[in-house]
Amino acid sequence: MRKLNDKKIKYIYLFIFFLLITSAGFNAYSVGDERILNTVKIENEMQVIGIDNFSFNPSNLTIKSGTVVKWVNHDDIPHLLVFTGDKMFKSPVLDTDQEFSQIFIEPGTYNYFCSLHPKMTAKIIVK
Amino acid sequence: MKKHVIEDGIDRRGFLKCMAWAGAGVIWTISGGVPKSFGLNRFAEGGIGPTGNDIIFAQISDSHIGFNKHANQDVTRTFQIAVEKINALPVAPSFIIHTGDITHLSRPEEFDTVNQILKDKLTKDVFYAPGEHDVLGDDGKQYLKLFGKGTNGDGWYSFNHGGLHFIGLVNVLNLKPGGLGNLGTSQLEWLKKDLRDLPSSTPIVIFAHIPLWSVYPDWGWGTDDSAQALSYLKRFGSVTVLNGHIHQVLQKVEGNITFHTANSTAFPQPEPGKAPSPGPLTVPAEKLRNLLGLTTVNYIEKSESLAIVDSSLE
Repeated sequence: MRKLNDKKIKYIYLFIFFLLITSAGFNAYSVGDERILNTVKIENEMQVIGIDNFSFNPSNLTIKSGTVVKWVNHDDIPHLLVFTGDKMFKSPVLDTDQEFSQIFIEPGTYNYFCSLHPKMTAKIIVK
Repeated sequence: MKKHVIEDGIDRRGFLKCMAWAGAGVIWTISGGVPKSFGLNRFAEGGIGPTGNDIIFAQISDSHIGFNKHANQDVTRTFQIAVEKINALPVAPSFIIHTGDITHLSRPEEFDTVNQILKDKLTKDVFYAPGEHDVLGDDGKQYLKLFGKGTNGDGWYSFNHGGLHFIGLVNVLNLKPGGLGNLGTSQLEWLKKDLRDLPSSTPIVIFAHIPLWSVYPDWGWGTDDSAQALSYLKRFGSVTVLNGHIHQVLQKVEGNITFHTANSTAFPQPEPGKAPSPGPLTVPAEKLRNLLGLTTVNYIEKSESLAIVDSSLE
């Protein structure tokens, strides 16, 4: 009886996790939630975008759904990513050598730019 | 990429260019749109200094308090030196204008450091325009709380002093992807109303962080809707535009309008297009203070002209 209860609890947790992923889209899994991000880090592919000389490198990145993208600021000046469109969201301020990670689940094109230096534009295409 | 180092081997042409760029001591007198230049020594010796009725104010810019990278690891000290230089001017300025990037990361402790240093100033008032580094993460709410008392919208305002009309604008908020600095419709409407009842003979001084003229759009050194703002100023006989952002002295005269950008008190930036990016320029330590500085502006009432003097911290 005890064993069965544990199994049920496990299923409930899995169901809640599934709901989180499907209902909140890509937007819910930023660096703020370490528990979820750690799980994602183990199970998902990761791509790195460097920020160098006031530009995103690569500025045009195509990824599979479920990929985690990590930005690393190598400039001596801070940058702040703003994603435009329906699901607008922002990164924290990224000072020198600081990083920001984001998982992308829903297919589509995600345009973003630096709100301090708006000439810095780029996009992520999720297949 | 972070470090764009100027080597010591500068030829004569390069040296002269560098000195002009550093604003090492030329006074510009703009009268009816025609610039005249004078040696700094004459100003320092009182040769063309202010008389009793003249107005002097100082401009400081881009103090970036909180920055601690290679280009300058003690921006607090270089900001202090700028304030000490203002205190030591032969005639005390009426006030100080700070054209933004007061802080580097908009942190409360950075704003606090600025306030602590400015407590030592001998000049009573400081008028601010925010830079993009002062509105990080909160769209300028903290800046408004600290420096925006009595201002309009996101922090724009105007005031009169000694027959001049001063206007502080905000062009670092609501920036668009791929765009430049932005004033926005509300601010432009306010500006139009603010100028409406002024006689055309009133000298106007406008200050904002990002240049209100296209210095180098590829690096974002310009303001998308500045032409609209400048169109309201065409009927005025004397218009002076003071900006920061590009960490170097550049001047341009266009009709009745004199544009001027100031040095930073924190670190220099490359000349437009002369580096892979506009990031901080690392120069040999002994040259740094020559590339940092402040600006004093002297309005000579009878001749209706503004003399702009840039001086380095060294």
